[in-house]
Amino acid sequence: MTQPTDNTTSSAAARVAVRGYRPYDPGTQPAHLYPPYMSTVKRAPTAPLVRLPATLSEVTGPMFGFERIRANDFDLTRQHAGQPIGERIVVSGRVLDANARPVPHTLVEIWQANAAGRYPHPRDQHDAPTDPNFTGAGRTLTDGEGRYRFVTIRPGEYPWRNHPNAWRPAHIHFSLFGPAFATRLVTQMYFPGDPLLEFDPMYTSIPDAKARTRLVSAFDWDTTIPEQALGYHFDIVLRGRDETPMENDLPRP
Amino acid sequence: MNLPTTSSQTVGPFLHIGLTWLNTANLVGPGVADPPIMVGGRIVDGDAAPVADALVEIWQANAHGRYAHPEDRRDLPLTTHFSGFGRMPTDPEGRYAFTTIKPGRVPAPGGGLQAPHINVTLLMRGMLRHLQTRIYFGDEHANADDPVLRSVPAARRDTLIATRGDTPGAYIFDIVLQGAHETVFFDV
Repeated sequence: MTQPTDNTTSSAAARVAVRGYRPYDPGTQPAHLYPPYMSTVKRAPTAPLVRLPATLSEVTGPMFGFERIRANDFDLTRQHAGQPIGERIVVSGRVLDANARPVPHTLVEIWQANAAGRYPHPRDQHDAPTDPNFTGAGRTLTDGEGRYRFVTIRPGEYPWRNHPNAWRPAHIHFSLFGPAFATRLVTQMYFPGDPLLEFDPMYTSIPDAKARTRLVSAFDWDTTIPEQALGYHFDIVLRGRDETPMENDLPRP
Repeated sequence: MNLPTTSSQTVGPFLHIGLTWLNTANLVGPGVADPPIMVGGRIVDGDAAPVADALVEIWQANAHGRYAHPEDRRDLPLTTHFSGFGRMPTDPEGRYAFTTIKPGRVPAPGGGLQAPHINVTLLMRGMLRHLQTRIYFGDEHANADDPVLRSVPAARRDTLIATRGDTPGAYIFDIVLQGAHETVFFDV
């Protein structure tokens, strides 16, 4: 999609090739409006989204370094004086793009309920105990091969008020930036064999059944720590770059 | 090789637990010479009720129109102590606010420059996918020729344009999720 130059300052123009990000794969992303998840009804936009061309605004994005990450941020079981109640687990995997390239040195933020299914949050009214030794937040940067690793406890299921007898399956929230404004992703990781998944409108909001199952982590002997913690594996795929760049002409100052 | 993209899920109501550690209401670090501006507003839902549990993230170029990112390789100065990223949750009245600087112009597709704008990501309970929009500035003549603004139906363009507030350097940008003045959101 190279466009002709029609720029009076072209003698001083530099050319910048902007390679955009490919669209999401069909069926992988929920619709904005999914009435079984009631909160979407008053919050989903009603007008169609306007397609944005790829410009520097979309292919750049915030970069975060190690200076904000503390030593225990990846280990949610060691952030307080004592050990949290619950089953210790290791959650690890890779962050890749859709072209199967690792996404190195990118921020991964997680948050979750404690073993009783309770968040230390003023809006969580679930009648289950909080745990003074577990506050449920972690963060790390991927390594040079896109790998990340957290140590935490297995979160509990909990009720919510979306519909009668509604329960959320056990899950860990993940937030990632990737390399660009266009690659932002917030998702949730689930656990294998959870009987609540098929009744969960967040999970079923994903149209493609295979895409849903990719949010379910896999039990992983290789990352299990003997006598310490079971391992779960969860890979995350961000959008991949377009093959062909768009050329932008820009005048130098 | 093509891997299918991971599905989006909502941040839910308890997003603050995991995300407020990186709150950045003031993007302007020490020694930044550019005059600060204040950009903020209210977020309301389809009932015009305030959205008290949203998270707003912004991403912008510096005053020279340079993004602090390796992909922006143009020969323009970076600004020390200005990364261009901000993150703030809304308050109980659905309000958010950032102190930042006015971004410069960045290249437009096919040549020329875009009007100054701030890129916005919106996350909240009830959003299975995040929304993205742009904040333009009402006092910019460049808006008339901006290719992105021109791609938006004329009647809806003003939903992308911040208006001047009461105090110098203040801009108001309200976000309406649904209804007659629904904010334009982009398929990025």
